Amino acid sequence: MNSILLIFVLIVIATTSFIVGRRRALHSVGGIIKDLHSLPNHYGWFSALAGFLPGLIIILIWIMFGGTLVDNITLAALGEEIRNLSDFDRTLYMNDIRNLAVQDAISRPVTETLKSAAQYYSRTQENIFWIFALSAIGISTVSAFFGIKKVSPELRSRNLLERLILYFLVVCSAIAILTTVGIVSSLIVVTLRFLEHVPLTDFLFGLKWSPQTALRPDQVGSSGSFGSIPLFAGTLLITLIALFIALPVGLLSAIYMTEFAKPKARAFFKPLLELLAGIPTVVYGFFAALVVAPAIRSSGEAIGLEIASESALAAGLVMGIMIIPLISSLSDDVISAVPQSLRDASYGLGATKTETILNIIIPSALPGIVSAFLLAASRAIGETMIVVMAAGMAANLTANPLEAVTTVTVQILALLTGDQEFDSAKTLSAFALGLALFAITLFLNFIALKIVRKYQEQYD
Amino acid sequence: MTDITPNNSHNIPSGTVPDFIPPHRTEKQIKQRLKKRYRKERIFKAVGLGGLISGLLALTVMVTSILTTGLSGFTESRLTIDVYMDPEIIGSLEGYSTEDRIDHLRQVNHRALIRNSLRIKFPEVKSRRDIFALQKLVSSGSRDEVRQKLMKSDDVIGTTIPMDLLASSTVDMYLKGQISRDVDQSERKISDKQLAWLDIMASEGRIIKGFNWKFLSSGDSREPELAGIWGAAMGSFLTLLVTLAIAFPIGVSSALYLEEFAPRNKWTDLIEININNLAAVPSIIFGLLGLAIFLNVFNMPRSAPLVGGMTLALMTLPTIIISARAAIRAVPPSIRDAAIGMGASKIQTQFHHVLPLSMPGIMTGTIIGMAQALGETAPLLMIGMVAFIVDVPEGVMDAATALPVQIFLWADSPERGFMEKTSAAIIVLLIFLVLMNSLAIWMRHKFEKRW
Repeated sequence: MNSILLIFVLIVIATTSFIVGRRRALHSVGGIIKDLHSLPNHYGWFSALAGFLPGLIIILIWIMFGGTLVDNITLAALGEEIRNLSDFDRTLYMNDIRNLAVQDAISRPVTETLKSAAQYYSRTQENIFWIFALSAIGISTVSAFFGIKKVSPELRSRNLLERLILYFLVVCSAIAILTTVGIVSSLIVVTLRFLEHVPLTDFLFGLKWSPQTALRPDQVGSSGSFGSIPLFAGTLLITLIALFIALPVGLLSAIYMTEFAKPKARAFFKPLLELLAGIPTVVYGFFAALVVAPAIRSSGEAIGLEIASESALAAGLVMGIMIIPLISSLSDDVISAVPQSLRDASYGLGATKTETILNIIIPSALPGIVSAFLLAASRAIGETMIVVMAAGMAANLTANPLEAVTTVTVQILALLTGDQEFDSAKTLSAFALGLALFAITLFLNFIALKIVRKYQEQYD
Repeated sequence: MTDITPNNSHNIPSGTVPDFIPPHRTEKQIKQRLKKRYRKERIFKAVGLGGLISGLLALTVMVTSILTTGLSGFTESRLTIDVYMDPEIIGSLEGYSTEDRIDHLRQVNHRALIRNSLRIKFPEVKSRRDIFALQKLVSSGSRDEVRQKLMKSDDVIGTTIPMDLLASSTVDMYLKGQISRDVDQSERKISDKQLAWLDIMASEGRIIKGFNWKFLSSGDSREPELAGIWGAAMGSFLTLLVTLAIAFPIGVSSALYLEEFAPRNKWTDLIEININNLAAVPSIIFGLLGLAIFLNVFNMPRSAPLVGGMTLALMTLPTIIISARAAIRAVPPSIRDAAIGMGASKIQTQFHHVLPLSMPGIMTGTIIGMAQALGETAPLLMIGMVAFIVDVPEGVMDAATALPVQIFLWADSPERGFMEKTSAAIIVLLIFLVLMNSLAIWMRHKFEKRW
């Protein structure tokens, strides 16, 4: 962890620079602060940042590109035959060199060539690091010197500092955009590479999903088939079961808590129900596999039904429990937002509470409830751990909730955990599924927002 | 307020307008009708309560089933065995220097020591298979206990000392009642002979139960009785540390910018829509992002808490930004006006007054975001924090796993003994989550200001 030591050195330079810059500012006006443009500390910070930032940039360059640089130099020094290997083999070879250099286990017998390559690698790494380190320290010192030299009563250091802070804030808020760009671009780039292997129509409309490709091209089933319909059908089935459970339970609890329950009971029940939202999904998955699936299976046996041990019903049921709090708290919000005057008007006409709820409150809260429903659906579609642990891996195309189905998220996870080569259609297909999942959830959220915007009555 | 005029009557759908009571109805008819309406009222109220109760019932069933399976995971069984430190097996220590002695004692065949001690206890056991079965009563980890005893002092050589050796997972499960002795021998993992030996040891008071400290202090293991969560807990801690270090400053800065400095234009609208959308993106997509960008483009190490923390940071960022914005918005404008009136610059106003005043709200949101990140599993699986790792990670670059991932791994394990460990690990995870959330609630109550 040499970089951390280096940053520490930079901090020392910056601290010195801070003290010297602040002194210089005070000294230049003979200790009378009101003659300075900015506060003495502003001059200190100005000098400190002048010393710190240039070095930090160089360290960041080292952290981000140093590894690639060292790799390329080592590759250039290696023989012709290594450079002419395929991309994949070359990466493996480089990995072995790197691992040998840090005395880790490697995947091939250690030869003299490999040993000398590893030695060359560590030597290069060390040399390049020192070049970066010395230039970082050098440039920091020089720029700290110039920064301190610029300190004078007229220097508007506070304004400079504040502009820098503002730039930092702008960059931070751009990170949200960068994340989205990163998600979309990485998904699209890899999906395009996947579509070179498998045509789009096969992926979208194919009825068979078996991504296992054989190791040798001449083996049976070498191509694999990538029809995503069974996955989406399985996802849809489980989501529907979940919503079938969660919508009535969630909505009814929201109605009861907002309209019937006394404030004290509400204050007790509401956090309790929201506790369900705080439980990690892996716990739900374990609950589904440990309790719910065996219970469903044995109760099915009792009435003579054959139920798969990893049935869609078990996964859907537990997922339904998971999204109850989502639906209930969202509906709670929209029901509470219906103004009291509408209720009072209804009571004034002689309606009972139930009639008021069914005829007045639900209709006027309906857009919000529909939007809660869509958000819950989007949540259920993207949910991973419950289905990984409780639904199966077999891509059955069925509408029977008692059979095992698989979902998009299960397949993404299964394709990408464990060892992987990054160029097979199998691995790439996970990103195509990810893109589809991203698009669907985004679409559902968008529609949910639109419905509220368009149809929700504004009472205030 | 919506005024209900004839042309604006769409607020109440036409079919739902209450039927008006025609004047010619008798009092009896009206009373009957009222009765019906009140019955409907009671039924509807009961149905609503039923919905609420079934939701809470699900919570109760889940928590109790995990508690009942998990609590036994915190205890362990030990068998008191008189271990004969056989000089023949240990070998001569003549002429060794002190370091060589310790080195030699480390490499002694400790298994043989335990096996012989067991044979002394049960001299009637002769066949190889039975001896093997006898040895299976104690955990394979018990030889470390004998090793430590030997290495502490070599005075014990040649003596017989009673030691509480860790029982194997099968014995442990039998003693906890998870394996019934009523089923046929072929259908349980413990044989009738082993049961007979255990009965003898029980009658001599040689079976001890105690708290399983190892579970809290050691790393993962292939053997359920040796497995612990400390490695995973450290992994989670390091991951969350990275998440906090990245998400907190970036989240607060961007909330501050969007709330206080940003001009209202298309660019800031775009950022705002983006943040709301990111909050709804499934977590597994963030895992794909981490895999594609951090691992494949930037060549960062697989399985490292650093990468896990960065991925989770991107995931929690929207939560922190949204709650920080709300907290900043709650600071009344009069504070800002007063500061600016005293001659503070805009940045000074924010950093000296608005941020400190909104900090409790921001911290609450951050803790809730961290609690979410602590429970997250799928993205960590994608970036390889799913390997079997025995060593406790010491830095953010070491290979590590996290608590929820450990739960997933154990839940997937075919060993029956891991079931109670899984539930026990879940209990630990839930305790952490409850603590974090209570801290958030406490902070909200303690520091919340009504302006």
